[in-house]
Amino acid sequence: MAAAATCGAGAGSPGSVAAAVDRSSATSFQRKGPRAGGADGGGPRLVSIAGTRPSVRNGQLLVSTGLPALDQLLGGGLAVGTVLLIEEDKYNIYSPLLFKYFLAEGIVSGHTLLVASAREHPAGILQELPAPLLDDSYEKEFDEDGCNHKTPDSSMKMKIAWRYQLLPKMEAGPVSSSRFGHYYDTSKKIPQELLRTAKWHGFFLPERISPPLTVEPCHLTHGYMKLLEFIKKIVSEEGVDGSHPQKKTKNILRIGIQSLGSPLWGDDACCAEACDDSHSLTKFLYVLRGLVRASLSACLVTVPAHLIQNKAITARVTSLSDTVVGLESFVGSERETNPLYKDYHGLIHIRQIPRLNNLICDESDVKDLAFKLKRKLFTIETGL
Amino acid sequence: MFPELNNLLNITPDKVEQGKLTLLCDAKTDGSFLVHHFLSFFLKAKCKVCFVALVQSFSHYNIVGQKLGVSLTTAWERGQLVFLEALKTSLDIFFQTPAGPHPLQFLREASARNLQPLYAFVQEALKPEDGGEATWRHPVLLVDDLSVLLSLGVRAVAVLDFIHYCRATVCTELKGNLVALVHDSGDAADEENDLLVSGLSHQSHLILRAEGLATGFCKDVHGQLKVLWRRPSQAAAQRDRSLTYQYKIQDKTVSFFAKGLSPAVL
Repeated sequence: MAAAATCGAGAGSPGSVAAAVDRSSATSFQRKGPRAGGADGGGPRLVSIAGTRPSVRNGQLLVSTGLPALDQLLGGGLAVGTVLLIEEDKYNIYSPLLFKYFLAEGIVSGHTLLVASAREHPAGILQELPAPLLDDSYEKEFDEDGCNHKTPDSSMKMKIAWRYQLLPKMEAGPVSSSRFGHYYDTSKKIPQELLRTAKWHGFFLPERISPPLTVEPCHLTHGYMKLLEFIKKIVSEEGVDGSHPQKKTKNILRIGIQSLGSPLWGDDACCAEACDDSHSLTKFLYVLRGLVRASLSACLVTVPAHLIQNKAITARVTSLSDTVVGLESFVGSERETNPLYKDYHGLIHIRQIPRLNNLICDESDVKDLAFKLKRKLFTIETGL
Repeated sequence: MFPELNNLLNITPDKVEQGKLTLLCDAKTDGSFLVHHFLSFFLKAKCKVCFVALVQSFSHYNIVGQKLGVSLTTAWERGQLVFLEALKTSLDIFFQTPAGPHPLQFLREASARNLQPLYAFVQEALKPEDGGEATWRHPVLLVDDLSVLLSLGVRAVAVLDFIHYCRATVCTELKGNLVALVHDSGDAADEENDLLVSGLSHQSHLILRAEGLATGFCKDVHGQLKVLWRRPSQAAAQRDRSLTYQYKIQDKTVSFFAKGLSPAVL
């Protein structure tokens, strides 16, 4: 795939020392090595966090989204300190899968999780996570499903990205894995011993909410305000914002928020076009962006964008997020019977990729991407 | 700064026009490269810069600035740059009640009626130094970006008022420059945003509009830049001058070329 090719070409430049850009400036641009601390850029070198790798382009710290195909489309992975917004598909069939892949990847890599949902209890969500496929068994899965070799761009090409594995081995755990990005078997549940070692915090809205007696100070929906306070509390407890400098082992906090903007959160963005809380969702995303930028965390938010009545809010939500991926499933639409799409379950649109610490971003050349959920694996393919 | 863009706009760091409002507009593409250009340009021109950064962190601008040849940390230490990192400061004001007036006070209100604390911050940052000796040339206010203020509950009219006050202080009184970025969605989905964009367009001396290509995504041509020179206060006896270029963003610079004459095509 073209994205892999540009990654290969780019590998030459980070090693070289560029000459002074402007004779009058005092600094000359020098490559210091992998940049630390996610989007924030400062702080000591942190390349040794499990489950992360520096970006080839600018040394930005990346984590895997749980889907190696999606990692490649996003330019290597999800940057630490950014928010990934997933626009849910119409009947919410496939977006919970991406949500679960993200959380499962966090457990396998040993990251701390923060799961927030208004619909399901986080403990229930974690029980439903897919089981990881270990090195020896995943090749068998590919042969079994009869992978289509005519479109070679699918997961087979993921191997090119593994050249950039710089990670040390993880500490002893039930699944010892030093890979960046794993494959998951959606037909099996995650093994219990893996769940037991996982460190997670859950936010289930019906448990946390209490009838608001006074008007909220910042005029956010009560649920959003509680969630932001919870996230801030966990971020400082876990020390991912650098507040415990004596803690030697640093870890990433993965925040997963499900169906933000839906009426279950108390937001009426999906109910009426001229809603009272029209700024709740956007203010929430702004403060979330501030929280995530200042810490070693990566956030995945799913939003039922197709339900939001006011298109202005959809546009604002997109510009307030760093990476935006939209899922469009063919269920119930006329495309279901279209012979062009008969092998696939839906389209995936990469709507926005951030340009962090850089003028350019790793945009994939291919824009027609479709996904399909095979018996056990979720693949993204191109070249329809 | 991008030397090619300087040539197009006919400006150099030594010779900068004063008292101008420049509007940066992006439609369906990312126009942040223009913000990086103007930030490094004014720092190199030895102007005092007040940067209100609402959407990205300090280190982001610093790292890109280093590629363009300026060091924001040095400028900040020397006092040339006043940086309001809204993403970080918003956390302080959002979770606890502020002690005194705070530039981002509008975050705590349901629908902020005005941006006066923010204006007071700008005024304080750019006020001329006492003692006669001016270390820096004229002041510059840079805002990235104004559309996000609408998402935070500020009305378009309040943002226009804020820009009007800033223009009166920075451009007219202090003979400085004002550069602001807005997003333009194009379709009439966001009425407040359209109001803001048209209101600002009528006040600006220079409008730089970055658009995606009408034909869609292209690897070699990232977009189109429309430059419009205006004279807002005088009668439009002469036509406003306008030029269109296409551009490609590279690692350390942006190259501009006439429409259809991309090096990849020739």
